[in-house]
Amino acid sequence: MTSAGSWKMESQRAYFGKALVELGRRNPKVVVVGADTTESIKSIDFGKVFPDRFVQLGIAEPNMISVAAGLAAAGKIAFACTYSVFGSAHTYNIVRQNVAYTRLDVKIFSSHAGLTVGPDGATHQINEDIGLMRGIPRMTVLVPADGPQTAKCVDAAAETKGPVYCRFSRTNVPTITSTDDDFGIGKAYVLRDGSDLTLVGSGLMVARCLQAAEALDRDGVDARVINLPTVKPLDEPALMKAARETGAIVTAEEHTVVHGIGAAIASVVVRDRPVPMAFVGVRDVFGESGEAEDLLRKYGLTVEAILEAARDVMKRREHSLPPRVQGSAARTAK
Amino acid sequence: MGPVSEETIASLKRQATTLRRHIIRMTHNVQSGHPGGSMSACDIVTALYFHVLRVDPKDPTWPDRDRFVLSKGHACPVWYAALAERGFFPVEELMTFRKIDSRLQGHPEMGTTPGVENAAGAEGQGLSFSVGLGLAARMDHAAWRVYCLMGDGEQDVGQTWEAAMAAAKYGLDNVTGFIDRNGIQQEGRTEDIMPLEPLAEKWEAFNWHVLNIDGHDFRQIFAAIEEAHRTKGRPTVIIARTVKGKGVSFMENKIKYHGAATSDDELAQALKELEVPS
Repeated sequence: MTSAGSWKMESQRAYFGKALVELGRRNPKVVVVGADTTESIKSIDFGKVFPDRFVQLGIAEPNMISVAAGLAAAGKIAFACTYSVFGSAHTYNIVRQNVAYTRLDVKIFSSHAGLTVGPDGATHQINEDIGLMRGIPRMTVLVPADGPQTAKCVDAAAETKGPVYCRFSRTNVPTITSTDDDFGIGKAYVLRDGSDLTLVGSGLMVARCLQAAEALDRDGVDARVINLPTVKPLDEPALMKAARETGAIVTAEEHTVVHGIGAAIASVVVRDRPVPMAFVGVRDVFGESGEAEDLLRKYGLTVEAILEAARDVMKRREHSLPPRVQGSAARTAK
Repeated sequence: MGPVSEETIASLKRQATTLRRHIIRMTHNVQSGHPGGSMSACDIVTALYFHVLRVDPKDPTWPDRDRFVLSKGHACPVWYAALAERGFFPVEELMTFRKIDSRLQGHPEMGTTPGVENAAGAEGQGLSFSVGLGLAARMDHAAWRVYCLMGDGEQDVGQTWEAAMAAAKYGLDNVTGFIDRNGIQQEGRTEDIMPLEPLAEKWEAFNWHVLNIDGHDFRQIFAAIEEAHRTKGRPTVIIARTVKGKGVSFMENKIKYHGAATSDDELAQALKELEVPS
């Protein structure tokens, strides 16, 4: 792991497209369906190499999901790839009935998740997909932290039986993992050990957790950092261990805090060892147009917000104060 | 398929009546379910399962089998009845329909019921699923075919037309659609709820080969399927005029029996009318 600040900024989509082609070479059962976003999210890379295993269905995502299910029912491993808002919310009941209920090998890989879609605005910035998808029985939900981990998700999804939803970002993100790192569905990864509190991040917020941990270290606070690329099934032992050993948890996600990763973790932690928690993420609001970095700042998905949350949970642990929500910047946003 | 003998037709008629008796009993037994649209589709399903489909009840997931996809999932009583009579599971199991711990769910569940090929309930997904199956068969240079039974009510669903465009784009001549054109959906006549006509012209405009038949006439059903098999380079849809509740006088063309079971008195009357011809 490189130190914060010297990370390379890379495209998850580029890693995704390349991984899909390599998987296609290894496994002839892999097919890809698209819905007029294939150039943008790089699934076209697969289509160029394997035109006979690539299906372009136009702006018809419900059809795309069901077609993928039909392909899977005939023995294919079907990657249905589009923007996150269309691969989750727009097609929710199709995914539920035709993919999850059927247990079929459909792998929904979606780019353009979260606020960092940027200038396209709130219609495209889905901050609700993780909660939607983790609520569906039989669904595996993946949120890779960076490019190399996105590639690993492609391979792992193909090897896992049944439906998978994986979401990643349009914007370039810091590369914090390596292609040599271990990756397994259902595993949480401790990137930095620590005993004073735990910062759990998913997606592009993992890098921010690492930066926050460095800042805390300068103040003599020893923070554990966990990268949580699998939201479902959750690595419950690792999260319970973090609660027991560090006694306070901050979660950070590019998603609504209403039903996202923080909520999932809280529901595990309270069963075993309730500890003060704080939730950095999008409040119960829609986003807006803007550059990715400006949006992250305005909506409180910053290193500073994680630090504020960290101080808050540690203070509450000492004084047993009632919990409060984080991300003050966006509380007044629309 | 070849020529169909008078004997075969007579045997299929007996089989269809047996399926209708099952449908009435199953829905009466649990006092719920959708008998009307099961009865209208009964002759099409009988024709497919007892004369057309290459399937093996002993090996329900045989890779080279033909696929039957029921898009109008609420009509699953006719599917379960056909599968049971065809030997996919015991006929006695039909009476567990819609009850706790049953393999026969109120709407089809794939992977649980032997012979059930898709999940349906929310309307309008089956043709898309069939397009996926048809594409997979083509990718594998396989000879098996896909038959998708749709309701006319689900012609309201936008996804049906997304699938229609996709099947035409890829020229899926291994996919055959049936529309059970009984003219009634949950809340009324299709032409009152959401007018579909001119329906044949709509499908033609979507580049499908369109056939109009009487969906209760076995010879017309077989002729249409043979024409679908002969039609290359595009998919065929068979618009089958049917009668909702077909076979029981007081149920025919009645909106009520879309989603209502018979009472005890009605059951006796219905079974009397559905005597299996000898």
